[in-house]
Amino acid sequence: MALKFPDLRRGWAIARALLSVYYAYMVEYRAELMFWVLSGTFPLIFMGLWAKAAEGGQFALDSATFIRYFLAVFLVRQLTVVWVVWEFEREVNEGRLSPFLLQPIDPVWRHFFSHVSERFARLPFIAVLIGLFLWLYPQAAWVPSPSQLALGLIATALSFCLRFIIQYTFAMMAFWTERASAIEQFWYLVYTFLSGMIAPLAVFPEAVQKFVLWTPFPYLIYVPANILIGQPTPIGQGLLAITGWSLVFLAINRWLWKRGLRQYSGMGA
Amino acid sequence: MQRYWRVLRLFWSTAIAAELEYRLNFVIAAISSLGGLIGSLFGLFLFYRTGYEFPGWSWEEALVVLGIFTMLQGFSATALAPNLNRIVRQVEQGTLDFVLLKPISSQFWLSTRTFSPWGLPDLIFGLIMIAYAGSQLGLPLMAYGLGLPPLLFGFISLYSLWFMLGATSIWFVKIYNVTEVLRGLLEAGRFPVVAYPAVYRVFFTFVIPVAFLTTVPAQAVLGQGSWGWLLGSAGLSLLLLQISRWFWQFALRFYTSASS
Repeated sequence: MALKFPDLRRGWAIARALLSVYYAYMVEYRAELMFWVLSGTFPLIFMGLWAKAAEGGQFALDSATFIRYFLAVFLVRQLTVVWVVWEFEREVNEGRLSPFLLQPIDPVWRHFFSHVSERFARLPFIAVLIGLFLWLYPQAAWVPSPSQLALGLIATALSFCLRFIIQYTFAMMAFWTERASAIEQFWYLVYTFLSGMIAPLAVFPEAVQKFVLWTPFPYLIYVPANILIGQPTPIGQGLLAITGWSLVFLAINRWLWKRGLRQYSGMGA
Repeated sequence: MQRYWRVLRLFWSTAIAAELEYRLNFVIAAISSLGGLIGSLFGLFLFYRTGYEFPGWSWEEALVVLGIFTMLQGFSATALAPNLNRIVRQVEQGTLDFVLLKPISSQFWLSTRTFSPWGLPDLIFGLIMIAYAGSQLGLPLMAYGLGLPPLLFGFISLYSLWFMLGATSIWFVKIYNVTEVLRGLLEAGRFPVVAYPAVYRVFFTFVIPVAFLTTVPAQAVLGQGSWGWLLGSAGLSLLLLQISRWFWQFALRFYTSASS
């Protein structure tokens, strides 16, 4: 099916409508949003540990680089938070998916744009926290070059898409089991330790490093964070890996979606 | 008092009976805790692998802290999270009315109503880790006993903080995730508090008392505890518990129930 110009224009109109609706919705619950931002302090805790450790021990990076790295991790993590599996699971279990199936738009777009618009509502809180830590550690402040910034943001956007697709794939399991989020929780555990959230891959043992680079995990946090702070990273390879993994999961996702819809027997279906 | 024991037994036996319906969940929980354990060990190993040490804490000693942290996680998954995260829903749906009408303390009801065996694997793994590190260090059996009181105080402090955060839902209904913030900050308890820079240490001792939750019990186990810290953690836990009770009474005055 070729994409025609009117299709594109219609798509843009839908995207804009959904974005503004969900943005208004997210801004409504600012306090809740602030707490979500604050609950992502995990990288900031590890920042303190590594900044102190690098002053006393022999590590691949120096103290200021660690701080910079973890600030970037914090940023990337905030911009790539995804919770679609919980919402989708509830929609399937309670049968609320049924009315959405009648609409002439794939239900995924609602979820996708609600995530995207939430990013914008989050921005002020993120800025305040990063500002606070830059005030605590002025020596770590850095100004990424325009190309770094552009590449870093592209990489972050792509890894958000990857994370979204992966989680939406897990969400498909809701058609078969009531607790699809259990899969996500287990995945999240591995993600915490291998994505570079607890430490940059540079301090991992060589063998673990090599192994991890074959999994999707480092492309969700480590690679975009590293690009943002201008640490040497194979950028092309990273972007390629993010896209590659996205396509793999996208294929699985669409296949499961088709099978799942046949399986779906929620209320009203 | 006796009545409370009887009620507690009833609460927990029904809760366990209900959870046993989902035995597969328990297997999943066990696998998850094992995964979490491997991850935690890996995280600690990254620091110690090049010969660096947290000031004054050898690898085995740091393992004791991690073990206590794992137990604390198990405790919150077993007793705290299933109960206290539910307060919000009770307020939102107005079912808190039914709790308030019962002839027992509403705080007791809300804090002990269910019990989820999901956290048990964490408690067991934590114990194993402490026992392993202890045997490597040649700790006498007595040492583990010494760790118990501060650990208990830690549990009480954590409970009180969590309960108070849950109680704020009387005013702000839509903040069920405020406990997530606490949980996020508790992650700092994985490591002895000296591993952090000075600003963090102040924060984790006086603002969110993470140091009292894991470092102080670990020091007691290792025989490095001092009376000052022990008294501090006892005082803190009792104070927090009392404040949580006052706070709940205070909060209830603002509860307007669903229909009024």
